Amino acid sequence: MFSQQLVNGITAGGMYALIALGYTMVYGILKIINFAHGDIFMIGSFIGLFLVKQIHLGLIPAMLISMAIVAFLGIVVERVAYRPLRNSAKIAPLLSALGVSIFLTNFAQLVWGTQTRAFPSSFQIKTFQVGNVALSSMQIYTLLVCILLMVGLYLFVQKSKLGVAMRATSHSVENARLMGINVDTIISLTFGIGSALAAASGILVGLYYDAVYPVMGYTAGLKAFTAAVLGGIGSIPGAMLGGLLLGVFENLGAAYISMGYRDAIAFGLLIIILLIKPTGLLGKNIQQKV
Amino acid sequence: MLSFDSVSVHYGVIPALTGVCLQVKPGEVVALIGANGAGKTTTLKTISGLLRPSHGSIMFDSQDITKLSADKIVKLGIIHVPEGRGVFPNLTVKENLMLGAYVRKDKAIIARDLENVFTKFPRLHERKEQYGGTLSGGEQQMLAIGRSIMAAPKLLLLDEPSMGLAPLVVKEIFRTIREIKKSGTTILLVEQNANMALANADRAYVIETGKIVIEGTASDLRANPEVQQAYLGSHKKEGIAL
Repeated sequence: MFSQQLVNGITAGGMYALIALGYTMVYGILKIINFAHGDIFMIGSFIGLFLVKQIHLGLIPAMLISMAIVAFLGIVVERVAYRPLRNSAKIAPLLSALGVSIFLTNFAQLVWGTQTRAFPSSFQIKTFQVGNVALSSMQIYTLLVCILLMVGLYLFVQKSKLGVAMRATSHSVENARLMGINVDTIISLTFGIGSALAAASGILVGLYYDAVYPVMGYTAGLKAFTAAVLGGIGSIPGAMLGGLLLGVFENLGAAYISMGYRDAIAFGLLIIILLIKPTGLLGKNIQQKV
Repeated sequence: MLSFDSVSVHYGVIPALTGVCLQVKPGEVVALIGANGAGKTTTLKTISGLLRPSHGSIMFDSQDITKLSADKIVKLGIIHVPEGRGVFPNLTVKENLMLGAYVRKDKAIIARDLENVFTKFPRLHERKEQYGGTLSGGEQQMLAIGRSIMAAPKLLLLDEPSMGLAPLVVKEIFRTIREIKKSGTTILLVEQNANMALANADRAYVIETGKIVIEGTASDLRANPEVQQAYLGSHKKEGIAL
């Protein structure tokens, strides 16, 4: 049972990690928590569902198109709700984020209704037996997509010119501007990439749990935020590690302790890590200048 | 090349610069000296577009740059090496250097400039894969100057390049600054170390509480009793007091 729960946990963790990356990248540069991120994830799921059900697209093209649309949505949210507040007190963009979150949830309820929907079951799900672990094709695809996107992001951030500019901006906006980096472009890019990853996760979660509904972004967003803090907010490898750990612990806890304690275990883990290492597992010690 | 026409800058309601007029001609090294809080760094930040003047205008190569954003000003060839060096500790030495050439396009010339910087600073070549944050203060200053060379600057703004460095390292930094001048780059140098600044500059301005109080050639200023007393003579006393 242990290895089975481990596999289930890694699958769930990969999906958390994809959402957590958006929180951590935005925090890394703007030092704000984008509390609308969970709802962006939800919109990604609905757009994917719409493309598959109404337009009869295959899953891969539906995912790519949903990622592109949601990337654009993320960029628009930043322009409308955060950029005008960039020089105001930190509480202002936080409230603005909550406003965007409520708006997106209500928008989804208006357009798609409040009931839970599911992706059509035409996708064949095969199950492979590896030792005593049952591995569904769904899990394999989910893991593949997660790995592919995370490796892609890693290569982009580490190797590309824009990725270097992004890391520079996350250290110091002012010094990045002195290099000729257009910080607004980098911020838009950050929101775009983070939102696209959340959209991919939204579709994977919708498929995996067979449920797409307007408030799905609330719990998933909160869990992914936990994962980002767990790994060290602002750190990209931290978000990946935090997501995986959270997924694994949650599943093991649900299996060995009680299903009902699933969320309590996730947030309990967060409290323990924060008590021992307040900057998160891979977070750097940030000295706050007063 | 650069002219400041009665520029005023405010932090909120507090004035930082009041009616500053300042000229830098092509090929010159101009020093801006003054005490802590006099407005030296503010002047540089205003040129590079990090701060906006509340009054007055800034011209560069007969173009009005008063309202341009910082990234556009870099594209014009004004490169600012900030106080405290502005090295990105989370990027490698090589990544830091390549960021200097962020707005340049020609890959072949950038690669050649990188080789030149590595020849000039062999230490940076040895440490090119190391993170910027692991370098010593002197190496970080060399990295910051090497990075500004990567930008192929027309006008270089240097903010306190000698700050916190050992005398031998300061000598080496100023030797590099002279080399940069020889290659035809114009330099505006901000320094608390007035001795070093005046020894290397063609002309200088003295700034006090946001106003230019004295200006002239570097040799005139060195002979000026007021400057001697306030900035040259007192320098050693200040050092002991610290």
